[in-house]
Formats: sequence, C-alpha cells, structure tokens
Amino acid sequence: MSNEFRFFSETHQTRLLGMKAKDPIQLLEGLRKIPESSMYYHTHRFLQQHYRISPEPPNDFAYWITNILGLRELGESITSVDIVNIKSIEELRTRYIKKLEDHILSGKHISGCIEGHEFHFMDCKTFVFQTDFAANTLAEFTEAMEKIPITSICFHIFEPRLRYQKRENDFSIWLRDIGEPELADRISRMDPYAFTLEGLRKKIIKILRRDDCFDNEN
Amino acid sequence: MTTKIKEYSSIVGQDVIDELYLLAGKLEGKVIRNINSTKVGGGVAEILNRMISLLEQLGVDARWDTIKGDEIFFDITKKMHNALHGVDVEISLEEFMYFLEINRKNAKEMDFTGDIFFIHDPQPIVLVEQRESLGNKWVWRCHVDFTTPKEEVMAFLKLYIEKYDSAVFSAPAFARKLRIPQVLISPSIDPLSDKNKDLSQEEIDSVLEQFGIDKSRPIVTQISRFDYLKDPIGVIEVYKRVKRHLDCQLVLAGGGATDDPEGVKVLEEVKNAAADDPDIFILLLPPKSDVEINALQRASSVVLQKSLKEGFGLTVAEALWKEKPVIASAVGGIPLQIAHKHSGILTYSIDGTVHYLKQLLYEPEYAKGLAQNGKEHIKNNFLITRHIKDYLLLFLSLYHGGDIIELNSCIH
Repeated sequence: MSNEFRFFSETHQTRLLGMKAKDPIQLLEGLRKIPESSMYYHTHRFLQQHYRISPEPPNDFAYWITNILGLRELGESITSVDIVNIKSIEELRTRYIKKLEDHILSGKHISGCIEGHEFHFMDCKTFVFQTDFAANTLAEFTEAMEKIPITSICFHIFEPRLRYQKRENDFSIWLRDIGEPELADRISRMDPYAFTLEGLRKKIIKILRRDDCFDNEN
Repeated sequence: MTTKIKEYSSIVGQDVIDELYLLAGKLEGKVIRNINSTKVGGGVAEILNRMISLLEQLGVDARWDTIKGDEIFFDITKKMHNALHGVDVEISLEEFMYFLEINRKNAKEMDFTGDIFFIHDPQPIVLVEQRESLGNKWVWRCHVDFTTPKEEVMAFLKLYIEKYDSAVFSAPAFARKLRIPQVLISPSIDPLSDKNKDLSQEEIDSVLEQFGIDKSRPIVTQISRFDYLKDPIGVIEVYKRVKRHLDCQLVLAGGGATDDPEGVKVLEEVKNAAADDPDIFILLLPPKSDVEINALQRASSVVLQKSLKEGFGLTVAEALWKEKPVIASAVGGIPLQIAHKHSGILTYSIDGTVHYLKQLLYEPEYAKGLAQNGKEHIKNNFLITRHIKDYLLLFLSLYHGGDIIELNSCIH
C-alpha cells in the first residue's frame, strides 16, 4: 500500500454578503445568520493575510469589537475562545453567540460604531488543488515542508478539522499511518493559532527533525 | 513596454506565478470578453491594458471591446458616476431612456461570441439584456465607490445588476443587498511600474535636489490631489504641531488642480496655510510624474494619508510597498491595507495623527517594524499578481458551485 502524502494547496475567493453590523446586537444577529464559510473566513482571514506578522489579532470579530467599538473586555473574551479545541464551525459559532448574548444581557455598553466603520460580513469560496510536492518517507516529508507554499500548510493544518470534520490535521494523520505517533501527537498538540504561518512552518520542521526538545510547548 | 508575467516571480515567488498558470489552465478554451467604454484614459482602461496582456501571457483568451456613445450619452454616464459617488444630481427619465437606447444600439453591433462577458462600470451595463438569448456567463465589475449612491440611480442600475451572474466590488463597504453573489476584488499596485519600481539612491537624491528638499532632515509626505477630502489643511496643522517638538519637513505633492476649479481653490488655501514656512513643500506635479512621486515616497521618513473620505486609497499601498511607515485615516479601503499598530497606524483625528507622527519620528525602530510588516502585507495582498488571481478565481467560480472547489490537478 502506498504511503504517499500528496501536498495540496488552497486559495480563496472573497465574497461580500451585503450584510453589516454597527453594534453588538447587529453583530449577534449576523452571527446567527451567516453561512459556515463566513465564520471560517472571519476567523482565519487575518491569519492568512498577515502570515509573517505577530499572530494577534486572531479574528475579525475580536478586532472590530476591540478596535472599532472599543469593547476591550468583550473583544478579549472573543479572542480567548480557543479555536484549537473547537471541533466544528457550529461549535465556534455557538461560543461566540453565547459571549455576545452574555454581554448584551449584562446591560453593558451596546452603542454603535461611527458611520463608515461597520462590520461587513463576508465569506470565502475555497479552491483546492494539488501541488507537485509529495513524500513517501519522513525524510522526504521534512524536506518538502521547507518548500511547499505557505497556503499548503494552511490547508493541511487549519481546514481538516473545521471544514472536513477530520479528527486532526492531515500531517498528524499521515505521521500516524507511517508509524510516527509521537511526532503526530506533537504536531496535533500544537496551537497553530499562536504562531505566524512562517513560524508554524519552522515549528513543524523542528518537530519533524526532533530538534525542539528545549521548546516549551512540547 | 509590456511587462512579462515571469518578471514578477522575483518579487512574489515562483509558487505564486505557478498558481496563476494552474488557475489559468483551468480556463482553457474559454473566451473572456471585457467590455467598457474607453481604451484610453482613466483608471479602468489602465487596469485593462495591463490585465489583458498578463492574462494572455498566462494563456487565457481575454479580449477587450468598447461601446460607442455620443457626447449626450457620456454626459449622462458622467452624471450617473457622480450620483453613485453620492453627489446630488438629477437624471431625467429621457436621459435614462437615451442611456438604454445607446446600450441597445451597441448590442446590435457587437461581437457576442465568447463564454464570459466581463462588463466594467455602468456605461455598458444594459448589454446584459443579451444574456437570455446567448446563455453565457455575465459579470458586472464596479470600479466606482458605491458607499452612498443616490437611491434613484441605484434602483435603476439594480434592475440590470441583478441580471448578471455575479457583481464585483472593490471594498466591503460597497456591497449592497442584491440577489446575486457579490465578490470582493480590491485594486492593486504594479511593483514594476514607474510609480513603484526600485530607484537608486542617486535617482531619489536628484528628485529631492530638484525640489530643494533637505535629505538630511526628516521628511513627512502626503501624496494626493489638492482636494478637501484629502484634508491637506489638516496635514499642515499636524505638521505645525509636531514641528514644535522636533525638526521635520512637510511635502504635499499631487496633481490635478489646474482643470478643476475646486482644486485651484484648495491649492490656494493650502498655500495660505503653509504661509512662508520654508520647510513646507507644496508640489503641484504635472501628469506622468510617476518617478518623482516614487522618489518622494522613498525619501520620506513617514507617509501620511489623512483623508476624510477615500475610495480605496492605493497611495497607502504604494508607500507601504516602499517599506515606509504610514499613518492614515481609517476610511474607505485603508483599513484593509493597514492593521493598526501591526502594519501601520490608523487615526481618526488631527490629535491622533499628531500623537503617532511624533512617536514614529522619535522611535524609528518602531516605525521600521511597522513598515516591514506593511510591505509584507502589501506583497501578499495588494500586488497586481493577487489581482490577476482574483480575476481567474472569479471566472472559475462561475462554473463551480459550493464553498470548497477541488480543482484536482498538478502544477505543471
């Protein structure tokens, strides 16, 4: 049986939903209505568009709440939802909705933004394609990891659980299949949202080379 | 001179160019017919000139036609353009009817062979009436700021917009409640154009010398036409307040004032506000001053874009591409280009701009970090290669439903 890992990559088309919010109540209404692809877009866009910049802020909702509405506590509360431990987009949506509902029901600040600074809901259509990188052994896999487009890392790390309902990221699944459960566990345990994308690439390479024994998180 | 697509690989990386070839390959056999109202002058013609050539190099059969119209027609479309920008203009029923008549006359004479009709701006919008009989794909590309359009013009155009398969807008704020999918495609800058290409230190110095600017002291610059909406008077106030604390020069450079009565008035007011300060340089640049603008941006310590209203504000992308720290108003498309304190500074007032300008001039290392992040962000999101990719995805999306599309092919 072939052990080949074929690297895929992805690119996104951004679509406008024609919906906007100017305060926490309208944001809540929007969150209840938007498609899953919109939840995914607003929680991963920043990461993918700023892939060498410091990992904060993690998502559009938190950024808008904090920087435009000036609601730092609510912003922090949205930021602190640990996406790495969330199993589906719907679970993520439920968590955000609950935070917003709690804020609104507490009677805290719910006034709106100034005109022109509304939150615009968008989503994405994702195009997935094969790259010409493949690996049959751990050595080939590690070598490929240095060369694949950064979007390939995004596809194999972020998409599998949230959009394909897999139990973990594609790299860990393959590493288990070739008999490297320890490496698989270590990649699976990482919080990819705490890295820049280039930082994430470096971290994965270090794990694969077993070069990361002094790092804190593994 | 035509730029070759391969020349961009040294800037964006070969994998980006490979991806463009892969996506373009998926459009093999499709004819894409662009239609607008002019081949010369204006931003749309400039974009199409560059895009068609690059798409052809990628193997896409992209063609470009224009509609014909007389002076009356173009007066009406100018009024429509202004109304979409929110200007209070009256368009009579007769004028709407004439607009339809000219579009239908063009439809009778045009070549409608092709698979995708890519219609740019309102002038040829009515051509979509042909869709029913032809059965091909139609996309409407709006290059206009659609934030606050006049309702009657919007209602008229909406009758036609909703006949298309998709509409494309340049910024999230331009989205409307429509029954068809709306796609975001932001404008872009060309890193190989005169306005953005690398310049030698000698070339930069020579431009500074030409204008008498001292290269040994900090230079704060705003590049924009002389327009109230760009708030040049506000910029002078910012400079004067900062100047109390540290030495710097201010450059306000732009064109377009001579044929615009309001521009002449603004320029006069700017000159008065500058009074006789020898460290303020007000430069009214002639057309085709791209290299001079490039040099002024590259020579700057900090670039400002303190607009009160902005369409997209690509001067921000231009400055960030040159790895300059930018302080800009959070209006129009600027927040897409700058994440506050990550890739630049977003401000809302003169006070805020003064505060951050002092900070960036006092702390060049902090400013440098912002500028480096800004350049990286522009490289990944606002260069012409991203723009081409978005167009290719737009064309492909017309043939693929769903949120995740598997293209299943190797990059050659």
